[in-house]
Amino acid sequence: MSTQNASASAIPSARPNGAGAAAILAAGIGAFLVAVFAILADRSAAIKSLMIFWKPTGPLSGVTTCAIVLWIVSWAILHARWRNRSVALARVNAAAFALLILGLLLTFPRIADLF
Amino acid sequence: MEITARSLWTLIHGMGFGALYLMACSGALVELYRRYCTHNPAPPTERDARFLRIYLVAMAALAWLAVLTGAYIVYPWYRAVPPPGTANLAAFPQRLLMASPTTSGWHSLGMEWKEHAAWIAPISITMAASVVLQYGRNLKDHPQLRAAVLGFVWISLLAAGVAGFFGAMISKNAPVEGGPVIHIVQGEQK
Repeated sequence: MSTQNASASAIPSARPNGAGAAAILAAGIGAFLVAVFAILADRSAAIKSLMIFWKPTGPLSGVTTCAIVLWIVSWAILHARWRNRSVALARVNAAAFALLILGLLLTFPRIADLF
Repeated sequence: MEITARSLWTLIHGMGFGALYLMACSGALVELYRRYCTHNPAPPTERDARFLRIYLVAMAALAWLAVLTGAYIVYPWYRAVPPPGTANLAAFPQRLLMASPTTSGWHSLGMEWKEHAAWIAPISITMAASVVLQYGRNLKDHPQLRAAVLGFVWISLLAAGVAGFFGAMISKNAPVEGGPVIHIVQGEQK
């Protein structure tokens, strides 16, 4: 018992969940954006052409680069806003998981072709 | 015994980074559950927390290496366009798959899904590593953060599984071959 108390007291006091929430929501946004950019590049010849950042890889280079840049930007913005406070994590988790699962589903060609 | 440079890169991408990441996912799920989610009232030790931090950062590195080598080294060889009139499509895997209705689905469904879904794995595991790095042993006090980390690791396993399955099947039907030949071992002469 005393060992457990000693271990527990060694843990720094609980920090707000905002920084974690920012990372979670941003990851959902990033996953969703991969699918959105892939669909846009597939639907529009102009966007497809714009997405060719490196010719050997084709539009995949722009699709993934844009999604990753926006993921990191959204993460930085959310982190700056939430890092020192606690947020309603249940709602953040629900939104992040919805975006993540939508992202995975929308990358499936048969579903992406519906748009 | 020899291997082409393109085959070697495909192996590094798929077996070196991809398969290792898939195996590491199951370990991460077990560790996250065992150290933080069981009804054990004792918090994880600092040593346990440090191990998990290093493990997840290594996983994130593996996931990024897998998608980057796939997209920027192997994929250009896969999608190379043959010169007009080329009869032998062996060096052009995408065109070889699309040339037959029995194999075209491996590209139109398999590669089209894999090339995008795979990126969900590094995004998810980077988030998981970041949360564990930031919160460490404090994660024990944040059940909703733990749930999100576990959920994202599960989805990253699924995304990497999709990429791994289709990568293996595409390699089986239309392997990426070519480039300089690397001699590994001299075989015995009969």
